[in-house]
Amino acid sequence: MSPTSRFRMLRNGGAQQLSAVPVVSAAEFRETVLRAAHSGLRLSALYARPAKGKTGLCAVLADDAEGVLYVLFSEATDEFRSLTADLPQAHLFEREIAESSAIRVDGHPWPKPVRRSLPDSAAFFREEGAEVHEVAVGPVHAGIIEPGHFRFQCHGETVHHLEIQLGYQHRGVEALLAAGPDKRGVFLAESISGDTAVGHASAYCAALEALAGVRAPLRGEALRAAALELERLANHIGDLGAIANDVAFLPAAAFFGRLRGEFLNLLMSLSGNRYGRGLVRPGGTAFDLPKPMAVDFSARLARGRTDLLAIGKLLFDSASAVGRFDETGTVGLRAAADLGLVGLAARASGLDLDVRRDHPHGLYRFRHIPVVKGETGDVYARAMLRYLECLRSLDFLEGLLPDLPGGPALAPCPAPRPGLIAVSLVEGWRGEICHVAETGRDGRLALYKVVDPSFHNWQGLAMALRGGEISDFPLCNKSFNLSYAGHDL
Amino acid sequence: MNLTLTALCAHLSALLVLPPLLLGIIAKTKAAFGGRKGPPLLQLYYDLFKLLGKGAVYSRTTTWMFRLGPVLSLATALLAGLLAPLVGAAPLSFPGDAVFFAYLLGLGRFVTAAAALDAGSSFEGMGASREVAFASFAEPALILAVAALAGATGSLSLGAMFSGALWRSFGAGIVLVGGALFLVMLAENSRIPVDDPATHLELTMIHEVMVLDHGGPDLAFILYGASVRLLVWSSLLVRLALPDAPGPYGWAAWGAGVAVVGVLIGAVESSMARARLVHVPQFLVVAICAAAFAVMLSLR
Repeated sequence: MSPTSRFRMLRNGGAQQLSAVPVVSAAEFRETVLRAAHSGLRLSALYARPAKGKTGLCAVLADDAEGVLYVLFSEATDEFRSLTADLPQAHLFEREIAESSAIRVDGHPWPKPVRRSLPDSAAFFREEGAEVHEVAVGPVHAGIIEPGHFRFQCHGETVHHLEIQLGYQHRGVEALLAAGPDKRGVFLAESISGDTAVGHASAYCAALEALAGVRAPLRGEALRAAALELERLANHIGDLGAIANDVAFLPAAAFFGRLRGEFLNLLMSLSGNRYGRGLVRPGGTAFDLPKPMAVDFSARLARGRTDLLAIGKLLFDSASAVGRFDETGTVGLRAAADLGLVGLAARASGLDLDVRRDHPHGLYRFRHIPVVKGETGDVYARAMLRYLECLRSLDFLEGLLPDLPGGPALAPCPAPRPGLIAVSLVEGWRGEICHVAETGRDGRLALYKVVDPSFHNWQGLAMALRGGEISDFPLCNKSFNLSYAGHDL
Repeated sequence: MNLTLTALCAHLSALLVLPPLLLGIIAKTKAAFGGRKGPPLLQLYYDLFKLLGKGAVYSRTTTWMFRLGPVLSLATALLAGLLAPLVGAAPLSFPGDAVFFAYLLGLGRFVTAAAALDAGSSFEGMGASREVAFASFAEPALILAVAALAGATGSLSLGAMFSGALWRSFGAGIVLVGGALFLVMLAENSRIPVDDPATHLELTMIHEVMVLDHGGPDLAFILYGASVRLLVWSSLLVRLALPDAPGPYGWAAWGAGVAVVGVLIGAVESSMARARLVHVPQFLVVAICAAAFAVMLSLR
């Protein structure tokens, strides 16, 4: 029996009847998920769902080699034996299940709330010893960033352990989205993480379209992809600037900051908002890109490429800056795979995964982006990958814009059909965004689950610091640049 | 030494008024390299003025040590400024003042670190530990540089050592000492590549993190004291390189020299990244070696 034979298969942006998804006992659910994960599948989502008046579980596993997703439900249950010890990528998912549902997760190695009822300081992992000291940072930080608490156990400058406690920005996004579908849904999706407005809105709209059984017109899908790549460019370039700033390499920091603005301005021209809000709507995109504008975009992108190449050379040819990146904050291939890292952070460690290639949806079915991956898993790999991904995105856009498909950009998106589950994956600039939607008998949403790439990757940051220097933390943090809001939902 | 009243007034006003301007020059240089306009040249004056008008908040865990730190660090900086020759002879000068000068700087560092430890915060303890650890590499370099100049001039007074008259007899030594002193100056004044004066990231800071808990006039004292120290260091470099000429021409040459040092610091900060913390000692060992070679040359 193959490890996936118990699951129901579906594709990215597809829907299945809820009744067609197998329901197994909690014990069998655990064994089946474990077996599938150990055969090479990745846990994209694991959440509690209502089952016959009580609570059951749902697992969504991604098979990146075959480009398919597998779904499995468990029967209603009161307790569940933790997967984490055997499957570390389930770590945060199980803590989330324990805090948000009636299910008791037994045997979890670090049972703590994720984002609700934040614990007092006694609950942090603590190292004892005469020369060990503890450093606590946040949730209020010196810079203008989101709130999060970081607890370091150090021996001198060496970090032995870092515990990251988030949850300060919990807004109840999933519950608000599950009250839909309504007009505000897409606005909520755009604000899950403000720097990934296009990514989350695309995932939300793809889920709604799957539930309705329609596809956005090809031109709309092309414009979504264009906006997604512009978002990636703006954020990657902004991050490169922030990384340069953290090692105090000032010219690169200033020039990257300026260049980020150019790509934000392109998004502004496309959508009327520098962060791409208001563009992606169920059924396509709210705005079209007329031919003269597309020509203008191409010219601006060409200028952007010239500048990017020059600044990239400045940064990566600087021995002092590269020396600072090398072997700082390393996450090995094995650790990255075990923790279930996604997106850029995973590729930097040598994992070969990218939703745009592995689970293509929308325009990515027809136009491909070569996946770039690193080997070293350090700050250098994450910085270099950002730079290379920018160049790939520019190639993609320069091919796409003169050759946009015809037809309308927006088509009506009817109401969802009842009794379905839909999964949509989008490769946002941080990595895999996973939205899972279920509809009830009335055709309204019954459940909405959001997994931001940051949810997978925060643990990677904690591991990157192990054995490193505490003074390297800000640099490592910038090289990941994870979302607090996306994690806290 | 004979010191006219005019020369004394000139020395005092340069020492008291000009230091913040030097930081303005550095900031402008960095902005120019980054393609930015940058803060006004006189920004630090505005900041000091603002801070002096503020009240101070003291944590309940702090003691008198915390309040003594800023005062003593400024006092040692100013006293060091009276020993160091700017143009002509220094107001205070006696045989062995070079050693006194080095220890004044050490005392300033000691009180700053002690005040930081007094705050009882994990950040400040970390900063104090880094500062003192790196100082143990910076101080030998300074002492060796002074020893080289003492060997070359046969005098233990700063005025004789930094007279700009050694090029003919001790040229290679001057280059080595100047290089060593420049590196030590970058370290002592928390500049890139040792420290990043512009960062807001408390985990990476060395000097800045020690003064996180100081505010209002205390912070003004610290910032002003730091700028005085930087001016004194720059002045030593200028006096090492330029021949001394009293009067307006001497002051013009000195001013231009100090401005060049400021631009040089700004250029260094703009052209390289900050070193990894564990590599800072290596950086300072270079300074120690350069100064040690200068000592050997002076023994010929």
